[in-house]
Amino acid sequence: MGGLSLMGRALRWDVLVASLLVAVFVAGSFTTPGFATTGNLSFALSDLGEIALIALAMTLLVVAAEVDLSVASVLGLSSALVGAMWEGGMAIETIIPLVVLVGAVCGLVNGLLVTRLGLPSLAVTIGTLALYRGLAYVVLGDKAIAQFPPGYVALAVDDVPGTPIPYPIALFILLAVIVGVVLHATGFGRSLYAIGAQEQVAFFAGIRVKRIKLLLFVVSGTVAAFAGVIFTLRYGSARADNGLGIELAVIAAVLLGGVDFDGGKGTLGGVIAGVLLIGLLRNLLMLGDVSTEIQSIVTGLLLIVSVLTPRLVSLIRPALKGTP
Amino acid sequence: MAAPPTLALANVSKSFGAVRALRDVSIELFAGETHGLAGENGAGKSTLVKTLAGVHRPDSGQVLLGGEPVDFAGPADAQQAGVAVIYQEPTLFPDLSVAENIFMGRQPRRGLGRIDRKSMHARTRELFGRLGVALDPEQPSRGLSIADQQLVEIAKAISRDARVLIMDEPTAALSGHEVTRLFSVAEALREQGCALLFISHRLDEIFTLCQRVTTLRDGAWIASEPVDGLTHDDLIRRMVGREVATLFPKEEAAVGEVALKVERLTREGVFTDVSFEVRRGEIVALAGLVGAGRSEVARAVFGIDRWDAGSVTVDGATLPAGSPTAAMNAGLALVPEDRRQQGLVMDLSIERNIGLTGLRELRRGPTISRRAERDRARDWALRLQLKFARLADGVGVLSGGNQQKVVLAKWLATEPSVLIVDEPTRGIDVGTKAEVHRLLSELAGQGIAVLMISSELPEVLGMADRVLVMHEGRLAAEIPRAEATEESVMSAATGRAA
Repeated sequence: MGGLSLMGRALRWDVLVASLLVAVFVAGSFTTPGFATTGNLSFALSDLGEIALIALAMTLLVVAAEVDLSVASVLGLSSALVGAMWEGGMAIETIIPLVVLVGAVCGLVNGLLVTRLGLPSLAVTIGTLALYRGLAYVVLGDKAIAQFPPGYVALAVDDVPGTPIPYPIALFILLAVIVGVVLHATGFGRSLYAIGAQEQVAFFAGIRVKRIKLLLFVVSGTVAAFAGVIFTLRYGSARADNGLGIELAVIAAVLLGGVDFDGGKGTLGGVIAGVLLIGLLRNLLMLGDVSTEIQSIVTGLLLIVSVLTPRLVSLIRPALKGTP
Repeated sequence: MAAPPTLALANVSKSFGAVRALRDVSIELFAGETHGLAGENGAGKSTLVKTLAGVHRPDSGQVLLGGEPVDFAGPADAQQAGVAVIYQEPTLFPDLSVAENIFMGRQPRRGLGRIDRKSMHARTRELFGRLGVALDPEQPSRGLSIADQQLVEIAKAISRDARVLIMDEPTAALSGHEVTRLFSVAEALREQGCALLFISHRLDEIFTLCQRVTTLRDGAWIASEPVDGLTHDDLIRRMVGREVATLFPKEEAAVGEVALKVERLTREGVFTDVSFEVRRGEIVALAGLVGAGRSEVARAVFGIDRWDAGSVTVDGATLPAGSPTAAMNAGLALVPEDRRQQGLVMDLSIERNIGLTGLRELRRGPTISRRAERDRARDWALRLQLKFARLADGVGVLSGGNQQKVVLAKWLATEPSVLIVDEPTRGIDVGTKAEVHRLLSELAGQGIAVLMISSELPEVLGMADRVLVMHEGRLAAEIPRAEATEESVMSAATGRAA
C-alpha cells in the first residue's frame, strides 16, 4: 500500500519505457553517425506516421480487451482503392472520403462479427487480415499507381512550416491529445477500462458494452484507411501490398507502451513512448543498413519482451517490497 | 454393528478464513446402506462431500476408511480408495464415446499398445447390464441427457470398483422418470454392497431412497438417525430450527405506490409465469432453494438476460427486454450475487467503482469531473460507514463486507426507486451484516422498493414484509410477514406447499 518506493516508481512500466527511449536515443547519437540530426529525426517521425496513427485506435481496443489485426490489410486495401480510383480518373477530393468510408465499413464488419456473433476478435481479425488484403489484390492486382497531385503529396511529406514536424505527425499529435482526453478523462474512457478489466461488471453497470466495442472497431478501420491514404501519398505509390505486416509493429508499440493485452490497463503516455521507441529502433536499424529480415526479428523480439517483462516485473516487485 | 463403516468422518472441522464451514461433524457410511444428507443452503453439505472426496483436508478430526484413519492428499487418493462422486452436472469428454469416457486413461490394450475397442465395448456393455440401463457404448457423449451422463459417470465409478458412491444433488436437473431410473440404479448398487451418500433438497427423495439421514445446520452436526419414523416436519425442523427472535428487525414504513410490477415473466427453461409487485417502502424477499430461479428472475428483470414472455414495469414505465441501461434509467438497481464477477472491477479504485454507474452525471462539459467523482464516492462511503484508507485505493484490498458496501454505494448513488439485492450479506461478517440490514430497512423507510433475494431464512423472516417463495422456476407461494415461519417457507421451497 502507501506510496510507491523509488524502486517501485522506477518499475512503473511507462516510466521504464520512457527511460529506455532516452537511453536508445543517447546510445544512437553516439554510435550512429547521422542519427541525431534534425533531418533524420524528422524523417524517422514521418516514417512512423501510419504506425503512430493506427496505434492510437489500437490502444482503445486493447484497453477494452479486444484487438484488430486487420489494420495493415485495411491500409493496403485503402491504398489499392486510391490507386484504382485515381487511375479511373476520379478526383482525389472524392477518393479520400470514399476510401475512408470503406475503412469504416471494414471496421464495422470486424465489429459486428465480434459483438453480434460473439466471436473472439483475435480470430475474426486474422480472418479479415487475409480477406481485406486479398480484396486489395482484387482491386489493383500487381500494379503500382503513381503520380498523385503534388499538393496532396506535399501534405503527406512536408513539415509544418517552421518546424521539423511532418504534417501526418502534426495530425498524430492532435489526435493523441484527443484520444488522451477521451481515454483518461471521459466517461467513455472509464467505460473502456471497466470493459477491459471485467466486462460483466461493466455490463451490470448499464454500460453499453457491445455498442462501444462496435464503435472502436469502426474507428480502427477508419483510422487504418486514412493511414493508407497517407502511406500512398508519402511513397507516391499505390500498391496492394503497401504496409504489409505493420500490424505487428503497431501492436508491439501498444504492448511496449504498457497496455495489457488482457485489457483494463495502460496509459496513452506509455503508448506514445512505445511508438517512439519502435520508431527510433527502426530508424537506427535502417541507418545501420540492417536487412529487413533482422528488422522483423527485432520487432518480434520486442513484442515478446513487452509481453514478458511486465510478468517478470510483477514477480520481482513483491520481492523488492519484502526486503528492507 | 459388527463391520466398521466403509467411510466415515470423525469430529471433522474445516474453516475457510473466518468462515467455519464444518464444526465437529461426524458421519458414518455403511456398506449396503443409502445415507441421506440434509441441510439448508450453506449448512456445509458441499464441504462435507469435498472432505470425503479428498478435495479438502480436515483442519481437525479424521477421515476413516474401513475404520482406519486415512489422509487423502487429493481427489486421486480418494478415488484410489474407492470413493466416487457423481456431481449434479457431470463433465464427460463430449467428443469421446461413452466407453472411451468410462475407460479414460485405463483403456484395455492389445498388441503394440493399441486400444482394444472390442473388449472395451464388451466391458462397458457388461457394466450397463449390471446397472440395468440401455446405453450404446459406442455412442459419443455429446448429446446425452444429463441423466444419461450421470449413469455413465456411475458406470465409470463401478468400473473402478468404487465402494462408496456420493451423489451430490444428482436429481436437481432430472425429470420424473429419470429420477426413478437413477433410484433403481442406486438401489441395485446398494444391494451389491456399495455405501451410498445421497444429497438432495427434495426431502421426498431422501425419504424414498435412504435408510438413514444426517442433518447439518450452519456447519454443525445436528442428527444422524434412521429415516423410519421421521416425518417431513421433523426433518425441516432439524434443518432450520434456530431461534429467529428479532435478529434483523425491519422497521415499519409507510407502504406507497407499486414501484416494480412483474407480470407473467417467463424465460424458457429457466423460470415460468412469475408475477409479483413491490411497493415503495416495502421489502419483499424472494426465497427458495439454490437453483429455484431466484437470481435468474432478478437478472431478467434488470435486463441482463432477455425474457421470452411477460412484462416488467418500473414506476409505470414498461421496460424493454435485455437492456440493463434502460432498466437503470428507469430507476432500477441490481446489487448482484457475485461481487467479484459482477459487482466490482477489482483492479479499479473505490471512487472509480462507485463512479461507474454515474458516468453521465459526473460529466462537466465533455470530461468527467474528478472532484464530482470523488465527492460522490466520499458521500456514500461515509453514509455506509465504509472502512477505507483512501478512495484511490483498489477495492481488492477491502474486506468482503466493505466490498459489498462499495457495491451498495455504487447503486445507491444512482438514487434508484427499486433496489434489487441478491444475497446482500453473503460472505460478510456479522457486524457488517447487521449494518446492511439496517441500511435496507432505512432505504425502505425512505420510500425505496426493495426486492431481496436471500438463502438465509432468518434474514428473510426478519427483514421481509412479504416472502415470495420460488420452487423449480415458478412462484410457489406468497407468504405475508405474519404467516412467514421457517417451516412455511421451507415447505413451499421444497415443493410441499399446501
